[in-house]
Amino acid sequence: MLNIDNLHAGIEGKKILNGINLEIKAGEVHAIMGPNGSGKSTLASVLAGREQYEVLEGSVEFLGKDLLELSPEVRAAEGLFLAFQYPVEIPGLSTTNFMKTAVNQIRKYKGLEPMDAVAFLKMMKEKMALVEIEQSMLSRPLNEGFSGGEKKRNEVFQMAMLQPRLAILDETDSGLDIDAIRIVANGVNKLRSKDNAILVVTHYQRLLDYIVPDFVHVLYNGRIVKSGPKELAYELEERGYDFIKNEVEVELASNP
Amino acid sequence: MNEEVSLIEQEVLKDYKYGFITDIEADEAPKGLSEDTVRFISAKKNEPEWMLEWRLKAYRQWLKMKEPSWANIKYPEIDYQDIIYYSAPKQKIAPDSLDEIDPELRRTFEKLGISLNEQKRLTGVAVDAVIDSVSIGTTFKKQLGELGIIFCSMSEAVQEHPDLIKKYLSTVVPVTDNFFAALNSAVFSDGSFCYIPKGVHCPMELSTYFRINAGNTGQFERTLIVAEAGSYVSYLEGCTAPMRDENQLHAAVVELIAMDNAEIKYSTVQNWYPGDKDGRGGIYNFVTKRGICSGVNSKISWTQVETGSSITWKYPSVILKGDNSVGEFYSVAVTNHHQQADTGTKMLHIGKNTRSRIVSKGISAGVSNNSYRGLVNVSKRADNARNFSQCDSLLLGDKCGAHTFPYIEVKNNTAVVEHEATTSKIGEDQIFYCNQRGIDTETAVALIINGFAKEVMNQLPMEFAVEAQKLLAISLEGSVG
Repeated sequence: MLNIDNLHAGIEGKKILNGINLEIKAGEVHAIMGPNGSGKSTLASVLAGREQYEVLEGSVEFLGKDLLELSPEVRAAEGLFLAFQYPVEIPGLSTTNFMKTAVNQIRKYKGLEPMDAVAFLKMMKEKMALVEIEQSMLSRPLNEGFSGGEKKRNEVFQMAMLQPRLAILDETDSGLDIDAIRIVANGVNKLRSKDNAILVVTHYQRLLDYIVPDFVHVLYNGRIVKSGPKELAYELEERGYDFIKNEVEVELASNP
Repeated sequence: MNEEVSLIEQEVLKDYKYGFITDIEADEAPKGLSEDTVRFISAKKNEPEWMLEWRLKAYRQWLKMKEPSWANIKYPEIDYQDIIYYSAPKQKIAPDSLDEIDPELRRTFEKLGISLNEQKRLTGVAVDAVIDSVSIGTTFKKQLGELGIIFCSMSEAVQEHPDLIKKYLSTVVPVTDNFFAALNSAVFSDGSFCYIPKGVHCPMELSTYFRINAGNTGQFERTLIVAEAGSYVSYLEGCTAPMRDENQLHAAVVELIAMDNAEIKYSTVQNWYPGDKDGRGGIYNFVTKRGICSGVNSKISWTQVETGSSITWKYPSVILKGDNSVGEFYSVAVTNHHQQADTGTKMLHIGKNTRSRIVSKGISAGVSNNSYRGLVNVSKRADNARNFSQCDSLLLGDKCGAHTFPYIEVKNNTAVVEHEATTSKIGEDQIFYCNQRGIDTETAVALIINGFAKEVMNQLPMEFAVEAQKLLAISLEGSVG
């Protein structure tokens, strides 16, 4: 589904990703972990097509298409979703109206008629239940005055509405207490299927207790330096990122 | 940051869709302004002597007045001798029935989305159609007449209802109120008159559609709305003009009078030609709008969506004379390219327990300049007056300007006056967030703008809210890449 080949990228002249290789197949859940500044959020931003980031080298294939050639809205329409670390506030625009516009623009891209109001409301009701969201929250201006937990639940709600093929969760656990993490993770788990894939970007292992990954990758200095099964997350939690740093240093010393 | 600016500067202005010219023979006054011009206009309208005297008085006053220069706008000196003050399409003025309207004119209004055919018209809206200096017809007059409601052109009102005109004209905006009001009084050619009798709730929206067509011509219309005790009326005006390279002057006066327990809701969707992207052409819009809550518990509410004109100078105001009266001002002013707007309101609290609410939303793009100017005045005897003002500015790009000039004068210590102001920018973050959900940039900007303006848009009558929303998006099209 997603094939990242030797991806180098940076921002404002500063290089952050130094050759990422990663393949994600349908039905899989991958976790990317790493210390602060390792390039986790940059990877998420580059995949979603954030304008400020510059791709310097390498390629990304998504569902057979050259992802890097597509505009952010086309990437979204093709089924790529990013749950933001810091969801943006839009005063005066309700989540409902926002989602209606998004759903219908994606349908238009696919050559479908806009969804009628009844079908849309029905779908909203279904998805609201997934993330324990109240109707009143969806009528409020998008993310304005939302608590950290509400913002993240709203992100997962939007993911449920747009039914992406690949969802990237960028530090979705940051700033959440354990109850909120559980609600958000439950929502995500209900959306797992054999047809879609999830890429969880996180600093801590605790989210992975709830969203159990098939693969864990450790990002360090803009490269994936270690990959393994879900147990790798526990090892990281236990030994800290320093052990990875040391391993990398040793490796560099032996292969100069 | 730089990236954001370059993004915002991309794309070009979408064509002003109302910019066409109707080719129709016109009956015009010679260029320039003198007593003769005033007499010419008065004669054209077959006016009684008192009306001519009133005009001449205004003209003589105007000669002694100076064009105001305090507003935050810049424009080359206006040559008042280079303007045509009267231009009327050659047809039978005030046709006896709507069927007699020149088909070319009828088509003009249809093209603007204004049908003068009562059968085809959206139910619930009566229209007075004004082109250049004259009204060409008013719909639903008969139905309204059955309720005692008078809704007609100003010219007709002078002929048919001279007592009402004599009684109320220039009682809210005196002839000498300001330079442009005096000019208007001297040369005004048409406009609408509404009279809602006691206790009548006007069953449909009344609206006037103003169209400037002729070149080199100024439009000077005058609107007067009187709501008798316990009555209600909702009135809407819309305006457009052809695209021309020269600037054209529009100087209107609107007066509203609300008696005891009466309510007037006045909405404007102003879409005069704004000039091209280099600032060539466009309407100079110098307008004096004022209402008086003359009776107890009366209410006047102004809602304006200002997207057009190269220069906008207008301050719809309310004199809160009656005890417990309420004044409201809801405004969205959009400026793009080289447009300049200096707009706001005055709330003059005179009666006891009077309340006013001001919500102003300024949106600036391009190299435009957008100023809010407002005055809240609480007089000595206005016990327990309340005012709440909120002035928000939204900037698109970093070459435009947003300014706020709030003036507060309070002479009674029981008054509570609150003022809140914010300035924000459409962030690339907001646009990217929308993009990431599959929403293209143009739609994203429209969503953000409409969200910003929502509180004001909600005040518009349903029939027009959707149109106004589209208009906002179109006015700003191309201002964010």
